[in-house]
Amino acid sequence: MDWAQYYAQLSAMAKAGEDLGFFENFFRLFYQAFVEGERWRLYVKGFAATLELTVLALCIGIVLGVLVAVVRTAHDQQRRGHKNPVLSLFNGLCKVYTTVIRGTPMMVQLLIWSFVIFSFSRNRVLIGAFGIGVNSGAYVAEIVRGGLMSVDVGQSEASRSLGLGYFDTMRFIVIPQAFKNILPALGNEFITLFKDTSLVSAIGGAELIYYARAIGSKTYEYMFPLYGAALMYLIFCIILTWLQGKLERRLRQSDKR
Amino acid sequence: MKNFKKIAALALSAVMCLGLLTACGNKDDKQAGSGLETLETGKLILSTNSDFPPYCILADDGSFEGIDYELAAKIAEKLGLELVIDDMAFDAALTAVQNGQSDVAMGGISVNDERKAVMDFTDTYATGVQVVIVKEGSPVTMDNLGDYMIGTQLGTTGYLYASDTPENDGYGEDHVIGYEGGAMAVQALINGTVDAVIIDDLPAKEYVAANPNAGLTILEGTWVTEDYAIGVKKGNTAMLEALNQALKELKEDGTVQEIMDKYIKAD
Repeated sequence: MDWAQYYAQLSAMAKAGEDLGFFENFFRLFYQAFVEGERWRLYVKGFAATLELTVLALCIGIVLGVLVAVVRTAHDQQRRGHKNPVLSLFNGLCKVYTTVIRGTPMMVQLLIWSFVIFSFSRNRVLIGAFGIGVNSGAYVAEIVRGGLMSVDVGQSEASRSLGLGYFDTMRFIVIPQAFKNILPALGNEFITLFKDTSLVSAIGGAELIYYARAIGSKTYEYMFPLYGAALMYLIFCIILTWLQGKLERRLRQSDKR
Repeated sequence: MKNFKKIAALALSAVMCLGLLTACGNKDDKQAGSGLETLETGKLILSTNSDFPPYCILADDGSFEGIDYELAAKIAEKLGLELVIDDMAFDAALTAVQNGQSDVAMGGISVNDERKAVMDFTDTYATGVQVVIVKEGSPVTMDNLGDYMIGTQLGTTGYLYASDTPENDGYGEDHVIGYEGGAMAVQALINGTVDAVIIDDLPAKEYVAANPNAGLTILEGTWVTEDYAIGVKKGNTAMLEALNQALKELKEDGTVQEIMDKYIKAD
């Protein structure tokens, strides 16, 4: 028998108040949540928006985070008695940024970006990506700063005394060592960011959770839409974790331990 | 130090066990004074969304007021129960009553066939008319809504009908945004993020009146007309009958009209 016919028959029975068997009911709810009215397209669309959000936010977060971390480290690692006033000013700004962002909930930040600051814009996914990126930047900055600080100052002193400039020292000596140290923490942050994109549904950004809730509100049955969305998040997180592990192993290859 | 850790762990697990026990304790006795079974003895738990003036309002002092809440309080009084209001998102309020997390759901809930399939409804106590709010001078009319962006509250019939496919007289998911609350949708309209908001007429009037400088106006005509009723869990006929009886008595002695008149000012 045709699946659609079978579904129509089962849902008619459910409407009439008849008790369905476990598998019949499972099929009915599954069909209703994913197949009926081609609803699976909405999940795919939502997941695409989630990925778009993640990639955009990731780029913003990395750029902001590295910038802030470099400024903060450069300021903190100045020689004693040599204070660069410009660096102090930027350091102050960066401190305010991390304090404000880390001290307020992401939900509030998103609502402020969407309803107050960018209230003129219609592209809620872009606003969401921006909000999450700016938020993530503060955390990435602290992680990267920790990594840069973890490389002994003696290393850059030695490099500078051998004639390498500041940027070459960073590029060839400090960053390669720092990157390996911070990779687990950074990977964690990216996975968190991916999951946090679900908050964008609160400002009406049409991503995965938004559509899952919308379908739930149409069918009055939330179990399958939410399980489906959760499963999609989970699978993608497992892939991300696996990739991170691969990268870590690759970077460990030259270790002679 | 080792001993201290052990004692601390023991104490913590003891506290957790106690917490579990008290959590289970509540469910034991279900029989209410009036013979009506409710989730918690002597209490009528109402799941609702307080973003729907003048039916459901969260007052400045954190208390609840509005037509639905006063009506619910009167019904609870008749049933000899204490009213407990559980405020949540609108779509969650509907799900709560289906799942048995609340005894009744109210909050300008329009009756339609899809909802009837998953929960039972009492007799209607009010008529809900949905209208369209736009900005003054906007090119949006009742007939060309589908060409614009429409803001709604997620889970309301306004959202359900508007986001349906064009073949079913909707405008498609791409033209509709479901916000957590009606006020948020109106804020989005003021900001220009959406071009129109579909919402019930009384809340619409309240929102327009609350934003006198935003240049909001309500389009002529109605978008859809529906009945408001109280939702109960499917198959809970005892509750349904008790509610209908109470509602009937309150209608007959004029209490319902009195509450309506208190909140709805004549134009």
